[in-house]
Amino acid sequence: MDPLDMRLDGNAAAGMLMDIFGQDMTGALTTCATCHAENPVGRLLVYAHGMGTVIRCSNCGNVQMKVALIRGGYGVDLRGVRTLRIWRAS
Amino acid sequence: MERGAVLRRLTWQLAEVAEVIPETARVRSLALRVSAWPGHSPGQHLDVRLTAEDGYQAQRSYSIASAPEDAHVAITVEKIDDGEVSPYLVDELRTGDRLEIRGPIGGYFTWTASDGGPLLLVAGGSGVVPLMAMLRHRAAAGYAGPTTLLYSSRTFEDIIYRAELDRLAAADPSLRVVHTLTRGQPPGWTGYRRRFDRDMLAEVAPPAGTHALAFVCGPTRMVESAAEILTGLDYPAQRIKTERFGPTGG
Repeated sequence: MDPLDMRLDGNAAAGMLMDIFGQDMTGALTTCATCHAENPVGRLLVYAHGMGTVIRCSNCGNVQMKVALIRGGYGVDLRGVRTLRIWRAS
Repeated sequence: MERGAVLRRLTWQLAEVAEVIPETARVRSLALRVSAWPGHSPGQHLDVRLTAEDGYQAQRSYSIASAPEDAHVAITVEKIDDGEVSPYLVDELRTGDRLEIRGPIGGYFTWTASDGGPLLLVAGGSGVVPLMAMLRHRAAAGYAGPTTLLYSSRTFEDIIYRAELDRLAAADPSLRVVHTLTRGQPPGWTGYRRRFDRDMLAEVAPPAGTHALAFVCGPTRMVESAAEILTGLDYPAQRIKTERFGPTGG
């Protein structure tokens, strides 16, 4: 399979991110730690593998988030995100 | 921008198959009876979870095909031959069977009538599913803003929702449905017979000056190429929303 076919977007990670953050995250805005581009999570690029999920900046390709499934829980690495803007839940 | 996200726990619940609707040889829709469905916006997903007798679980995300106004929550599933979940959903599941779902999920790739238009919907294959939810909602809400669906299928027989799309377009002069068939065409076919390209989108898409809102859904490369072409036609990035369908949907 062409590796490009494995590339999805933040919409594909919506259920997992909702599990982690407790609300929909596809409209939340991240500022990339590398290029400072601001994008909704739904527009970021998602590479899902058996071991976990890698979420990259759609502008520069920097890894913004890594989520691993560890013993029934999530391990979340957000070091590629400079800021995360989440709309307050209504 | 999507504001007012609802804080709630996403919990699994049982849904009962109310109806099974064959769409094409490889695709069928499942209308689900869900007792505690909180409502959804067109374009959102739900997750389906299957549990084997030994406890092994497989989970997939499917776009919701039904309008919020519809009686049942429907998904449309394409069978991926070596998939873990879709062969069961397409070949095995019967009316009255139950499965675990959770949702709705997602808020980025959504459209409701109050978002306005003009609306350009670009679909490849089963990428038409979330766009169909938008078209069904549009009809149910009586939205009359100009709307164009440009829909690429391999062959005539692979067109999902073909009869319903014909009916919707025939009943509504503000809705235009344009097909392109990339692998084979029936005798007498006068429509497009190639993949999306700049000429096709320039002919079909509302000009960028109309402030049209574009939703593009399909396989990754198709989505990226269509979005790039729309950018070249001066659609601003914020007016192009994309959703990539991948083989992980199996």
